Amino acid sequence: MMTNTNQRVTQGQFSFLPELTDAQITSQIEYALNKSWSIGIEYTDDPHPRNTYWEMFGNPMFDLKDAAGALMEINSARKTFPDHYIRVTAFDATRGVESPTMSYIVNRPAKEPGFGLVRQETEGRSVRYTIHSYATDKGEGERY
Amino acid sequence: MDNTQTVDLQAIVRDSNVSEVLDQLDRELVGLAPVKRRIREIAAYLAVTRARKALGLEASPPSLHMCFTGNPGTGKTTVALRMAEILHRLGYVRKGHVVSVTRDDLVGQYIGHTAPKTKEVLKKAMGGVLFIDEAYYLYRPENERDYGQESIEILLQVMENNRDDLVVILAGYKNRMDTFFSSNPGMSSRIAHHIDFPDYSQPELLSIASKMVGAMNYRFDGDAEVAMGDYIERRLKQPNFANARSVRNALDRARLRQANRLFAGVGDGELNVTAQDLSTLVASDILASRVFDADTAAPP
Repeated sequence: MMTNTNQRVTQGQFSFLPELTDAQITSQIEYALNKSWSIGIEYTDDPHPRNTYWEMFGNPMFDLKDAAGALMEINSARKTFPDHYIRVTAFDATRGVESPTMSYIVNRPAKEPGFGLVRQETEGRSVRYTIHSYATDKGEGERY
Repeated sequence: MDNTQTVDLQAIVRDSNVSEVLDQLDRELVGLAPVKRRIREIAAYLAVTRARKALGLEASPPSLHMCFTGNPGTGKTTVALRMAEILHRLGYVRKGHVVSVTRDDLVGQYIGHTAPKTKEVLKKAMGGVLFIDEAYYLYRPENERDYGQESIEILLQVMENNRDDLVVILAGYKNRMDTFFSSNPGMSSRIAHHIDFPDYSQPELLSIASKMVGAMNYRFDGDAEVAMGDYIERRLKQPNFANARSVRNALDRARLRQANRLFAGVGDGELNVTAQDLSTLVASDILASRVFDADTAAPP
């Protein structure tokens, strides 16, 4: 979940693979659209794995027919936030499911400083551990 | 490059089933000869483009943005739907759906509202055909702060950059579209095909009426057909004539009168109606129209 040897955040699908090309992203979106899932684009600059609150880039794209539309939006997100994490999610609106079914990162900062281990000494001799993203030492929007 | 290499042009046409759509177009749409000819040309052009590609004669994809001009009710929307099908079969657009919009769907109400709105529509239309009805409303010269211009600029950009992702079809009345193009030269130059839809003649309208009646599972009896011909003749001369649309409205009203006639018949003691009664329009259903009172104004 945290960092691998390549100093890359690995969250969601395909994250241990090399960056997806636009053609590969297109076929992933096509796959989702064929299953009538809706595509959403989200971005954040807080890479902590427990950060589930990514901002939406525009509205979720319901009734989209072709991946080119989503790709256009992805590229505009990349232009707006070149140094943020951007991920594509697919949402299954089927009753009873109603949750994201796909999520993968399509854009990441050029340099990812990774995470440090934080030790907190508590009662007795026990130590609590947590991870801390070096990037989040700076304020929002100045992190990368 | 081997100039003697051959490619089976017929096979391309056959595999794409495009002739089926073209024949259907011929069969189901009355008149519109210049439109049909142009569509055949476009279909042939696309087939040839594919053949060239098969032989390695690469060319940039043809621009297929179109403009349909013509009076109301001349079949612009219907042809746009068929066009999407043809383009899809020839592999020019990937999905072949039609997104039909007007000014309201593209232009926002306040600053910053237009761009996302237009982009939203464009995203939905990707892989298919974007049909903009009454496109001249996008540009309002009388209001210089109108947001329509912003929408036009985004459209132009996408029409140029995503040429292989979507086809834009603009539609509208001839003279107003001409004004629109003269004030937006960028738009005019990006549209390769200007197709003009001619008005229908009286016999064409009558055969449209018969087709419509058939599609609604009704039929004319002999006199009714003559009456319908007469009706169209008179209606043609009146203002606000909207070609096939007026014919459809007239038929809707005739169906109302037929229902009323059958209902009144039940009151007179005729209790049973046959399927034939239910599906026959007689002359009186049509002759009751206001069009036949010479003095009164045209029905809306």
